[in-house]
Amino acid sequence: MMYNNEHYEPVITPNVDKTDCHTLDFYIQHEDGYKALAKALAMNPDAVVDEVKKSNLRGRGGAGFPTGMKWSFMPKDPKNADGTPKPKYLVCNADEGEPGTFKDRLIFTKTPHRMIEGMIIAGHAIASNKGFIYIRGEWFKETRLMQKAIDDAYAKGFLGKNILGTGFNYDLVIYKGAGAYICGEETALLNSLEGKRGEPRLKPPFPAMVGAFGMPSCVNNVETFAAVPYIINKGWEKYAKMGTERSGGTRLIGVSGHINKPGVYELPMNLSINDIIEIAGGVKGGTLKAVIPGGASAPMLKASECGCLTDYDSLAKAGTMAGSGGLIVMNDTVSIPEATYTLLKFYEHESCGQCSQCREGSHWLARMFKRILDGGGTQDDLDYIAKICGNMAGQTICAFADAVTGPALSSVRKFRHEFEELILKGGLTGIGRQEAVSHKMEGAHV
Amino acid sequence: MALSERIKKTIEGIRHQFPTEQALLIPALLEAQDEHGWVSLDNMRDIGDYLHLPLAKVREVASFYTMLKLAPQGKVDLQICTNISCWLNGADKLVACAQRKLHVSNNGTTADGNFTLTQVECLAACGTAPAIMLNEDYYENVDEAQLEKLIDQASSDLAGGRPVGKSTRTEGVWP
Repeated sequence: MMYNNEHYEPVITPNVDKTDCHTLDFYIQHEDGYKALAKALAMNPDAVVDEVKKSNLRGRGGAGFPTGMKWSFMPKDPKNADGTPKPKYLVCNADEGEPGTFKDRLIFTKTPHRMIEGMIIAGHAIASNKGFIYIRGEWFKETRLMQKAIDDAYAKGFLGKNILGTGFNYDLVIYKGAGAYICGEETALLNSLEGKRGEPRLKPPFPAMVGAFGMPSCVNNVETFAAVPYIINKGWEKYAKMGTERSGGTRLIGVSGHINKPGVYELPMNLSINDIIEIAGGVKGGTLKAVIPGGASAPMLKASECGCLTDYDSLAKAGTMAGSGGLIVMNDTVSIPEATYTLLKFYEHESCGQCSQCREGSHWLARMFKRILDGGGTQDDLDYIAKICGNMAGQTICAFADAVTGPALSSVRKFRHEFEELILKGGLTGIGRQEAVSHKMEGAHV
Repeated sequence: MALSERIKKTIEGIRHQFPTEQALLIPALLEAQDEHGWVSLDNMRDIGDYLHLPLAKVREVASFYTMLKLAPQGKVDLQICTNISCWLNGADKLVACAQRKLHVSNNGTTADGNFTLTQVECLAACGTAPAIMLNEDYYENVDEAQLEKLIDQASSDLAGGRPVGKSTRTEGVWP
């Protein structure tokens, strides 16, 4: 399929189906591996930043912030109070855990050198000599594969001292998380990297000024780094052309849920949600009811809204977000209140508890959805859910609270009749509740 | 009781990579968890002593992260993802199946101390849902028959003194 985009070609995944595609030898022999590094090291760091700026690469972690601009925020020559130079750190956010998102894991297992090369280039661009890769703790195999890739890169002189004879030094260090969704938030990640609780920090100061270990730091997503070698190799124009006016390149879209061919697809951004569902083999087990377009935190869309394009701006205009590229498909057998409760339980569990709006709000929302499912809900609850959400979004240190309100509000707004039906009928029992698994929350009495 | 030589060796092996001593705290806690199956107050005190951190600091970190268990666990940590994509693809059935087979409730440990059953949040394997973990290993696209088989296999491996769910590990090598 040409995806109606003459400029399109896969940037990150052209060879992920090949044997040994994760090895350094394969990367060098078949994918121009580390050629972009040599090219970038011959360029002035500012020129590298400029190239990435012009490519319109936007952060693939969820917020979609322009990458080149983020790099340009890094101070040029930061000094300590005593005049000694401050180190600058580059941090890779590999704490993938947004429900519905599984693209970074593909990069780790299939093309880790692309990300490593992207990090070294980024290190050169922001004049940093050290990068940390923060990996979610559950990825034992993936961490070991990445460590092997790093070791191989050291052995060939792509990492370490005097890289490719240019005098540039760069070290990459792996850091394992220990199980906390919130550590995907960049300042929570920095705290965790420092050996603290993963609680987001109040900003300002932003990480570019006070980041990891108090030093200027830049945090980017795995996929963002993995796109960098292509941009340097082929030039910003080619990358920018593949995308939309304000967002360059391709995106890795993870399609999951009720879909015939789930998986990660590298796609241009001029496709609609319906197109992507078709590419992924169509809806499984029924007709389309709803999708979550950008990971669990993105507000849901009804089937009738799925003609929407999947670039950042079109999805924002549709009242949702491109987020982390996790497209979750739900067919007409799904109870939306129950699906939303599944998500709200997650948020309740993962709130770091720092801000009361989020700590209490995520807890209350989960309990209210549970009460509605169990038959104890009232019409007033639906208005109250909106009120709680209004008190959460934008009121906290980080965007977690906003993320909770995404599914909670959109489900009630768009599928209000399902909630009303549950309230009138006295709960889910009898209308297709799935296997009787205990959804009971210990000690929950609303 | 002091910190084991193994944990000390791991910490010293990575110490040069980090600008602060506290950055070694989570690696140390993960190693203690790995060694004992959980992190006891004594472990925390030892780690604090070794890294020059007050016990309160170690505790506040240890209690934050879900992979660090503050009570004894079964030898096999059977984790079933029940978040949205796995739920849409029948994770509920897997939980019910494991509960039936192991005679435990969620977060429960079997009487013989072999298995702990946990429902976990997204493991980032949504495209191959439902996904589960046995200790360090992922299993994806799992159905009830396969889950039962995995549990049987793990039981026989435990009985035979073989490691379970550590297929990608090289002993003595971090990570």
